[in-house]
Amino acid sequence: MTADLPPGIERRRFDGRERFATRGEPVYGEPQDDAGWRAWDAGRSKLGAVLELGMDPGFDGEDSVLYLGAASGTTVSHVADFAGPTYAVEFAPRPTRDLLGVADSRPNLFPLLKDARAPETYAHVVEAGLDYLVQDVATRGQATVALRNRRFLAPDGRLVAAVKARSEDVLTDPDDVFADVLDELREGYAIVETRRLDRFHDDHLAVVAEPQAGGDP
Amino acid sequence: MTGHNPGDSGWFRHGDPHDAESAATAIRERTAEQPQNWPAEAVRAGFVENENEYYDTLYHATVHATRAAVQARETATERQLQYSIAAMDDAERTANEIAERVAEWAGSLADGRADGDRASDLPGGIDGARAVAAWTPETPAEERVVSLAERAADLDAERAELRSFVESQAPAVAPNLAEMAGPVLAARLLSLAGGLESLAKKPAGTVQVLGAEDALFAHLRGRGPSPKHGAIFTHEHVRGTHPENRGSAARALAGKLAIAARIDHYAGDFRQSVHDDLADRMAVIRAREVGE
Repeated sequence: MTADLPPGIERRRFDGRERFATRGEPVYGEPQDDAGWRAWDAGRSKLGAVLELGMDPGFDGEDSVLYLGAASGTTVSHVADFAGPTYAVEFAPRPTRDLLGVADSRPNLFPLLKDARAPETYAHVVEAGLDYLVQDVATRGQATVALRNRRFLAPDGRLVAAVKARSEDVLTDPDDVFADVLDELREGYAIVETRRLDRFHDDHLAVVAEPQAGGDP
Repeated sequence: MTGHNPGDSGWFRHGDPHDAESAATAIRERTAEQPQNWPAEAVRAGFVENENEYYDTLYHATVHATRAAVQARETATERQLQYSIAAMDDAERTANEIAERVAEWAGSLADGRADGDRASDLPGGIDGARAVAAWTPETPAEERVVSLAERAADLDAERAELRSFVESQAPAVAPNLAEMAGPVLAARLLSLAGGLESLAKKPAGTVQVLGAEDALFAHLRGRGPSPKHGAIFTHEHVRGTHPENRGSAARALAGKLAIAARIDHYAGDFRQSVHDDLADRMAVIRAREVGE
């Protein structure tokens, strides 16, 4: 990892091991040091794994973010710790209850119980021109979700997606699934970087991409 | 775009954005085709002084809206599902009971009727009640039996309506459980356990015999064999398996149902893997040789 870290993300030592960390209220039992930094668990957070594997999404510390598939808020809690306005969309009520708990101590985290496949149900709340679209949705049609939500990104914004092969098709080889997903993504994005997350998350591909000019699909 | 100013579609444009209730309603119910620079729009429209105030207002509004939406989705649908499945069972039981009475009563009248229906031709059950409901009554007694038959047919129609309601609601409450058990059995298990949370906390062995409490307690008192299955008997994996292997099938199914319920309660997302695991396990059980 040579890339400069944005303010708000640091490498800190926990139990003798250097790990990424952000500063905020602990959420999922992760260790926290005396200065308030809490370890970002790459095994539980795909975005954490993205950083751990040395990919550089290019965060600058004041980013505005739309996070799709926030679930219980494990990852989005870290995002809200270092970023600016952070919109967290989750479809299932049960994990959203935990997400609300995460938002309690994070006034820049806006939780929304919405379906990421239907951006028109939250486009009246989520602002346009965002710096990042972070996507971790375990549903079929992950590329479609990314394309539909492109409308929230600034022209120089970025998509950071964790694509789960098993959500698309359990029988097909993950490599073929990823190829199909990337093909579809190219309808609206230029792929910047991809990397398998297998060391931390089986059958997941991390994708960093930039929106391309052209009408919404 | 529809002719009017797109800036009008922001959540804060509806009702008083500083009133938590009306802001929450706007967030939950409104839609917009395209996002705008809402913080700037809100400042320009004079709803807030500056962007900090905007985000502060937005924070309280989204938390409030989402808390209300979670509560509504979680508790309401789950409770409604339990009432629906109970009502569906009531409607079915009562319709059958009345239909039996109708069959017996109408049988005593059928042979005397001019339109050729003979007592021995009347089908049993709800079909019989439907046939009798179509009679044109000619005597005061027939009037009563036809009316009663109509009630049975209506109740059966209500049972069908309740069933399709259960089928439409169960996947929203427990997507994995509904996929694995089928929506009706999923709802029944929820109802027997007293909700998704308590089902998620039950061990697989309890899930296996839910609905067979009489047999279970008889067994525990030393009378009778231990039940192999309760409500899950209606599942194809159990009923469609050779009796010699049904215990294994019921155990495997109950184990995965317990896991599905836990995923639904604690995570809430759909996980294909648990369904694949069960399919693999069932294939192994069904491939076993059965003795004589």
